[in-house]
Amino acid sequence: MFTKKLLSTCLGAGLAAVFAMSASAADITGAGSTFVYPVLSKWSADYNKINGDKLNYQSIGSGGGIAQIKAATVDFGASDAPMKPEDLQAAGLGQFPVVVGGIVPVINVKGIASGQLKLSGKVLADIFLGNVNKWNDKAIADLNPGLKLPDSQIAVVHRSDGSGTSFNWTNFFSKVNPDWKSKVGEGTAVNWPVGIGGKGNEGVAAYVTRVKDSIGYVEYAYALQNKLPFALVQNAAGQYPKPNAESFGAAAASAEWGTAKDFFLIMTNAPGEKAWPITATTWAIMYKQPKDAARSKAAFDFFKWALEKGQKEASSLDYVPLPETLVKQIEGYWTSEFKG
Amino acid sequence: MASSSTSLYRRRQLGSLIALTLCGIATALGLVFLIWIIWTTLLHGLAALSPALITEMTPPPGEDGGGLANAFMGSLLMVFLAVVIGTPIGVLAGTFLSEFSRGKKLGETIRFVNDILLSAPSIIIGLFVYELIVRPTGRFSGFAGGIALAFIFVPVVVRTTDEMLRLVPDVMREAALSLGIPRWKVTVNVLYRSASTGILTGILLAIARISGETAPLLFTALNNQYWSLDMTQPMANIPVVIFQFAMSPYEQWQNLAWAGAFVMTAFVLILSVVSRSFLNRKGGK
Amino acid sequence: MSEALATMPAATSTPPRRTGILGDRIFFWIVTACGLIVLAALLAAAASMLWGGLSAFRTFGFGFITGTEWDPVAGHFAGLVPIYGTLVTSALAMIIGVPVSLGIAVFITEVAPRAIRGPVGGAIELLAGIPSIIYGMWGLFTFAPFMSDYVQPILIDWLGPIPLIGALFSGAPLGIGMLTSGIVLAVMIIPFISSVMRDVFLVVPPQLKESAYALGSTKWEVVRDIVIPHTRTAVVGGIFLGLGRALGETMAVTFVLGNTHNIAISLMEPGTSIAATLANEFAEASDDLYRSSLTALGLILFVVTFIVLAAAKVMLVRMARQRGE
Repeated sequence: MFTKKLLSTCLGAGLAAVFAMSASAADITGAGSTFVYPVLSKWSADYNKINGDKLNYQSIGSGGGIAQIKAATVDFGASDAPMKPEDLQAAGLGQFPVVVGGIVPVINVKGIASGQLKLSGKVLADIFLGNVNKWNDKAIADLNPGLKLPDSQIAVVHRSDGSGTSFNWTNFFSKVNPDWKSKVGEGTAVNWPVGIGGKGNEGVAAYVTRVKDSIGYVEYAYALQNKLPFALVQNAAGQYPKPNAESFGAAAASAEWGTAKDFFLIMTNAPGEKAWPITATTWAIMYKQPKDAARSKAAFDFFKWALEKGQKEASSLDYVPLPETLVKQIEGYWTSEFKG
Repeated sequence: MASSSTSLYRRRQLGSLIALTLCGIATALGLVFLIWIIWTTLLHGLAALSPALITEMTPPPGEDGGGLANAFMGSLLMVFLAVVIGTPIGVLAGTFLSEFSRGKKLGETIRFVNDILLSAPSIIIGLFVYELIVRPTGRFSGFAGGIALAFIFVPVVVRTTDEMLRLVPDVMREAALSLGIPRWKVTVNVLYRSASTGILTGILLAIARISGETAPLLFTALNNQYWSLDMTQPMANIPVVIFQFAMSPYEQWQNLAWAGAFVMTAFVLILSVVSRSFLNRKGGK
Repeated sequence: MSEALATMPAATSTPPRRTGILGDRIFFWIVTACGLIVLAALLAAAASMLWGGLSAFRTFGFGFITGTEWDPVAGHFAGLVPIYGTLVTSALAMIIGVPVSLGIAVFITEVAPRAIRGPVGGAIELLAGIPSIIYGMWGLFTFAPFMSDYVQPILIDWLGPIPLIGALFSGAPLGIGMLTSGIVLAVMIIPFISSVMRDVFLVVPPQLKESAYALGSTKWEVVRDIVIPHTRTAVVGGIFLGLGRALGETMAVTFVLGNTHNIAISLMEPGTSIAATLANEFAEASDDLYRSSLTALGLILFVVTFIVLAAAKVMLVRMARQRGE
C-alpha cells in the first residue's frame, strides 16, 4: 500500500513538473459542439497561416464541451445549448455566441428529392415520438398531396451523444408538440422514444446515408457536404421556407440580443414569414479568470479575428455571419466580464 | 442381426461424416470472415494510399488533399512512451513471478490479476487514466494516452516474460548460482540472455496489441488537427482519427480513414505474425 | 494461448537468501515492486471506479441495476438498458461463436491434413490480431449493408410470422442492431475460444483416443465421448475467456449497435451496451451525477468481466493441474 502511494505521488509530481514546463506554448485547445466544427476547423487552419497559433478544436458534442470546460481540461468549450446565467455564475464561466446556423431534417427515402417533402413541426415530432412510423402515414400524406410516399417503416436517427443540435431540435419539438413536451422534453441528451443514435452530426449523417427510409437531423453544412436530401419544415408563420443563409438570417434578425443576459437566447420557432424554424447559435464558453492567462488571451485573439474577419468563411460554409451590432456587444462583454 | 449392426455402423459413420463436415464448414466460415475483413480494408485502403498520407496533416473538412502525418507521429510517440514505461515494469514483474515468487500466494495472486488485466475491457483503462491523469493535470495529453497504452502493454509483457523465463532449464540457474554469482547477476546475464528472443517477441506482441487500441485513447489523448510533438498537449493518433473520419460524411475523410485503417492493420498483423512465429518456435510447439 | 506452458516442470523454488549481498536484496525489492504495480493497477482501477460511481449508487440504490430510465434531462439514470444490451449481444456472440469455435478446433486437431493444420490455425488466430476498430468499420460499411440487404429481409420473412420466435425477428431491416453486433462479436471471439480448445484437444492422451478407435468408435464419437469430456473444464474456461472479451468489447459494438437506450424484443432493433454507452457519453457528461452514473456502469462491467475472467482462469488452471499430475 505504501509503495503504491509513494509511486503515485512521485508520478504525480513528475508529471506536474513536466506540464508546468511547457505551459507557455500558444496552442489553444477547444472541444464541444459538432455543429460548429466545420467552421472552427476552417478558421483554425486560416488563422494558423496568418498568425502561427494553433487552435485544436475537437468535436465531442456540446455536452462534452460544457463538461470539459468545467473540468478545465480545455481552454474553451463550445455548445449549441447556452448555459443558464446562474450556472455560469456558479462555475465562474462566461459565454458568447460565435456563429449562427440552421438544423435541417435529412431523409433517405427512394424517390423523394431534396426539398420535396414538407413536414409540420408537430408531425416531425410525432415521427420522433414513434406515433407516426410509416412514410405513407396519413399525417405525412396530408401535408404532401401528390408526392408518392413508400409503404415502409421510418427509421429514426438521432444523436447518441450530448448535443446542442439535439437541444435545439427538442426545444423546437417542445414548442410545437405538447405530447413531446410532456413525454420527452428538451435537452442536450434526452430519453429518445425511438430510433438509432449516431455520434455527432457526422455520425447521424453517416447513418442516414446508410440506412434506408431513414430520417435524421443535422446542421445544414453537414447536409450540404454529404449531399443529403432535406425536408422542409413549417415555421411559426405557417410557411415552408428553404433552409439557407437567408432564412437562418431571418430567424437571427428577430432575436433581441441586447436584453439577453449572458447571451442566453434560443431562436427556434422564430416569428417571421421567411424564418427557418430550427435556427441555432453556438456559444463559446470560457473561464472569467482562467488558470492559464496566456492561452486564454490567445483564444480571445482568435475569436476576435474570427468574429471580425472570419465571417466570410462562415458564409461560405453556409453559416450566418453574426450581425455587426452583436459583434460589438460581444466585444463589450469581453472587456466587462473577462479579466486578463 | 448382422445386417442391422452394419446399418447401425453406417449410420454412425454417416453421423460422423456430417459432424466433421460441419466442422469443416465452421472453419471455412472463420476463414471467409478473415478474408472478407482483410479484403474490405485492402480494397478501400489501397485506393486511398498515397505519399501525402505520411507527409501532410489531417485536413479540415471540405478541403481536398491532406494526410495523416500528425496522427502517425502521435501514435508513434505514444506507443514509444508506453514501451519505455511498460518494458521495465513488465519484464521485472515477469521476473518476479517466475524467479522470486514460485509457490507463493502473492505470486499466484499477481499472475491471476495479470491474466485478468490481459483481457480487461480497454475502455475501463481509459476511464481510469482520465481520472488518474487528465483531471489532475487539467489537460488531455499525449502523456495520458501513452500511460493508458502502458496499462495494456504491461500485462502482455509480464505474461510472456514469465513464461519464457520458466522455460529456461533450472540446470542453468543452479550452475550459475553454484559458482557463487549473485542472483541478480544470474538473472540479468544468464536468464535474460537465454530468454531474450522470447521476451523481445513478447514486447513486439504487446506493441501490436496497443497499436490498434482506440478505446483507451478517446478520453486521454483526445486528438489534434495539427502536427505536435508536445506530449503535454492533446495528440493526434491513428485509431481516434480513423474513428472520427470513418464516421464523418466527408468523402475525403472517409478515404483517409480507410488508408489509415489499412496501414494500421497491415502493421499490426505483420508484427503479430512475426512475433507469434518466433514465440511458437521458442515454445517448441 | 499457451496454457500448455503451465505444465512445464516447475523449477525448484529458491527463496531469496537472507544472507545475500546487497545487490540481490535491491534486485529482489525492485522486481517485487514491479510485481506489486500490476496488482496495484487493478486495485486502483477498481477503487477509482467505486469512488466515482458511489454517488450514483447512493442516489439510485439498487434501482440503478433494475431501472430502465436513462434520462440525462431529468437527471435520472438506471443501467438496465445497457446491461441488457451487453448481455444480449454477448449471448448472441456465444450462441454463434462457441459452436463455430468448436468446429474449427475439431477441424484443426482431428480432420485437417497435417500440412494445412498450422496455416489454418494461424489464419484463424489472425482474426484476434485485427484491431477492433477495423471490425467496427467493416461492420458498419460492409457487413451492416449486407445484413440489411440479404440476411435480415430473409429472417424477417421466414421467421417473423412464427409465433414467439417471430418477435425476435420483427421490425425493419436496418442492418444495425443487436443481431449484427452479436455476429461481429462472435467473429472477434472465435480465435480466442478456438485456440484454447485446440491447445487442450492436442494434449488429450493418444492412448485414450486409440483405445476408443480400437473399440470401433467413429472419429466424431471419439471427439464427442473422449476428447470433449476429457477437456471440458478447459473448454468451458476458454468459452468464459471469450465471454469476457465479448462483454467488454467497445469500438466494434459502438459502430454497429446503434447506440440507443432501448430494450426491444426484436434482435433487429438497435440497442446499446455498457462499453458503447461509455464511449459515446463519457466525455460529454456535464454534471456530476451523470458522470458518476457512467462510472457506475463501468464498475458493473468491470465486476462482471472480472468474475467471468476469474472463472475462466480458475477452470484453465484446474485443467493445467490435472494434466500436470
